[in-house]
Amino acid sequence: MVGRAVTLEAAIRIKRNGFTLDVALSAAVGETVAVLGPNGAGKTTLLRALAGLEDVEGRVTLDGEVLDDTSRGVHVPAEKRRAGLVFQDHVLFPHLSVIENVAFGLRAQRQPRAADVARKWIDEAGLGDRAEALPRELSGGQAQRVALLRALATGPKLLLLDEPLSSLDVSIRAEVRRELTRQLASFNGVRLLVTHDPLEAMALADRLVVLEHGLVVQSGTPGEVTARPRSRFVADLAGVNLLRGEAHGDRVVLAGDASLAAPDAGEGDVFAVIHPRAVALYRTRPDGTPRNVWQGQVDSVDLYGERVRVRVSAPVPLVAEVTRAAVSELGLNPGASVWIAVKATEVSVYPA
Amino acid sequence: MRRARTPAAIGLLAGLGLLLFVLPLAGLILRAPWSQALAELTDPTTTMALGLSIFCSLTATAIALVLGIPLAMILARTRGTVRNVLRALTTLPMVLPPVVGGVALWLAFGRRGIAGSLLYQAFGIQIPFTTTAAVMAETFVAMPFLVIAVEAGLRSLDHRYEEAARSLGAGYWRVLTRVTLPLLRPAIFSGAVLCWARALGEFGATITFAGNFPGRTQTVPIAVYLALETKPEAAITLSLILLVVSVAILVGMRDRWLGAL
Amino acid sequence: MLAFGWLAACTSPLATCAVQSCPEPKTLTIFAASSLQPAFGKIGNQFQANEVKAQGHVVNALSFVFAGSQMLTQQLGEGAAADIFASADIAHMTQVNAGGLVASPPRVFAHNRLEIAVARGNPKGIHTLADLARSGLVVVLADPSVPAGKYAAQALKTAGVTVKPASLEQQVTGVLSKVAFGEADAGIVYVSDIITSRQVDGVAIPNDQNVIAEYPIAVLNTGHNQAAAKDFVDFVLSADGQSLLKAAGFEGV
Repeated sequence: MVGRAVTLEAAIRIKRNGFTLDVALSAAVGETVAVLGPNGAGKTTLLRALAGLEDVEGRVTLDGEVLDDTSRGVHVPAEKRRAGLVFQDHVLFPHLSVIENVAFGLRAQRQPRAADVARKWIDEAGLGDRAEALPRELSGGQAQRVALLRALATGPKLLLLDEPLSSLDVSIRAEVRRELTRQLASFNGVRLLVTHDPLEAMALADRLVVLEHGLVVQSGTPGEVTARPRSRFVADLAGVNLLRGEAHGDRVVLAGDASLAAPDAGEGDVFAVIHPRAVALYRTRPDGTPRNVWQGQVDSVDLYGERVRVRVSAPVPLVAEVTRAAVSELGLNPGASVWIAVKATEVSVYPA
Repeated sequence: MRRARTPAAIGLLAGLGLLLFVLPLAGLILRAPWSQALAELTDPTTTMALGLSIFCSLTATAIALVLGIPLAMILARTRGTVRNVLRALTTLPMVLPPVVGGVALWLAFGRRGIAGSLLYQAFGIQIPFTTTAAVMAETFVAMPFLVIAVEAGLRSLDHRYEEAARSLGAGYWRVLTRVTLPLLRPAIFSGAVLCWARALGEFGATITFAGNFPGRTQTVPIAVYLALETKPEAAITLSLILLVVSVAILVGMRDRWLGAL
Repeated sequence: MLAFGWLAACTSPLATCAVQSCPEPKTLTIFAASSLQPAFGKIGNQFQANEVKAQGHVVNALSFVFAGSQMLTQQLGEGAAADIFASADIAHMTQVNAGGLVASPPRVFAHNRLEIAVARGNPKGIHTLADLARSGLVVVLADPSVPAGKYAAQALKTAGVTVKPASLEQQVTGVLSKVAFGEADAGIVYVSDIITSRQVDGVAIPNDQNVIAEYPIAVLNTGHNQAAAKDFVDFVLSADGQSLLKAAGFEGV
């Protein structure tokens, strides 16, 4: 990883309709960067900006070529960038056949044997028998794969994918994801995809950039990001409880003056993470070592196979993961009174 | 699927509406002098009027396509006040009584008109009373139909197709000719048909601006109007011809081409 | 095209009866050739003034329909209701008569001649019918189906002149307006049209080439006001009516 030439650098701001996108990111050749965030975070806007379809303030360079530079009045239009765009629901040209769709970009580049080259791509992807079909005759998965081929055929330096799997049926997502991974692996340009689906991000990305309300809140490898979530979104993604407060040595003071015991908490503004498995539930106040004990009320009970996630509202609101047997034994229905306990050693604290 | 039963009142009203369309057409067909029809068809006045009508209406439609599609493209990209003003201007001929349109054309392109006087003084060109005037009158009243249809088509077009094309390296003209226009084909087609039909039936603006002269400006509607006073059978025959042509067009066009029609 | 005229009502300043006791004026519908428009306008006013003088209030509300005689003939044939028909030629009156619509024998009440209408000052220097055949001249005539057009064709034939008209108008007033507007250089209209127009100049047509148009008038049996219709026709034929016609450029009976 270290020492590879970084080829996409972007530092841009877009202000629109009361929404501001302010992002700086970079990506290297051979690396798939996933921009992850809830809907409305600005992911699609970011992608379109890199494709040249939006007015931006700032600077974008790709492989040494300046695509946008507001200070010098440079803006390379979309058709002159070597950036391939794959839309959420393929957006294949409905009046052109599969082979004509794939050949479109080649023809725009005035390649002499566009149809032949297109056919090679289609055959290699195993879609040779659908070459003459129209987009509406294809299945969702096939169409999305053709859209990818169409973008790859022009040999772009940057490949931009907008939620490539989210418009597909859940049942075929896995298959198309595998196909996508394969295609991406053999693409030697910069790969950037945006998604709101954590599974998609984790499965496809080498690096994650978490975007919320137009700002980058976290970036790193998937492992790094989920180990130390810095936002509710990532915490939910990682499936952990995330709290924020002021650390004083061996405890963390949270909002509402509730206090969390945690050894080596340090000082200052911190995040505290507690895995739901580490949260224990009791019918009555427990006696024992846990120093973090609160009384609360069951908010909701959600089944995940044999495991159950119980959301409890308490001075420190937490989600606990217990077995089904435990739920029925303790009578954990919404509204039921319950005690929660967390061992201090199960609390992981890191600077905010 | 079982729909709720349509109340009798709705059926009755619909029936009355249908009658309003059917009866006049039936009258035309049933009272037609079929025995004389053939003789009328070969009458030089008839053939001249027919030929002229077809030539003028097709020319008007062609002009409408060349000028109207770009106009629709501009309209589709504008917003707010500018758009409202442009929209009002381009649809004005649709709501203006055709004779008023004819007078307006006269005032613009007649020998003393604002533009016409320049043409006349500089080049000796006189537009009224010519076939050109007939074509202009028809274009004036019919083009708005095309513009409206194409603009509606453009606005409902997913703009991502153009973006996809651009991301693949297509410049303005390639995007226009390979993506936008082909996708607009239903709208263009139905707009052109409406335009052509309106041009074919145009009377008020034509007779006011272009006048009346067989073979030069006497289109079928004008010929029918004149014949009504002197030779009613000829008028009916001509009307029938126009009716048959119109029905043929409508029947020949399929649903998927008509779109909004 | 049709032109409508609606004259007077009980609220005319000439009425001397109290509004409540004024009997409702009966409508008198008059179909007249468009060349008669200015003349009949004046005749109608005088007719009503006479009524007021005689009876203290307007008895008949006059409703005029002016159009080409061929158009009026066609409408009467289709069943339009009118009390009087004043045509610009005998032929159309004969047609209406043949349809059994005439209540009493038609009478000729005026004559008219043709004249060439040109722009004020005669900028193109037109002096004879033969001049109309000059190339580059924009000449407008009435359609042969209109009496004025028929007469014009006759006159041109007598003079041995072939004209290529730019347009064949539906009524003679159409010809006049095109010349007045400056769109046409010349047109053949009636003398009466030129006298009442004041926007064009006239070039006389010598008698041996000219055509005398005869205007017949008749009471119809399709209207509802035959008594008043007879009065109106009598007035048109009276000395007063005739002098009004002469003032409008017609020649009398």
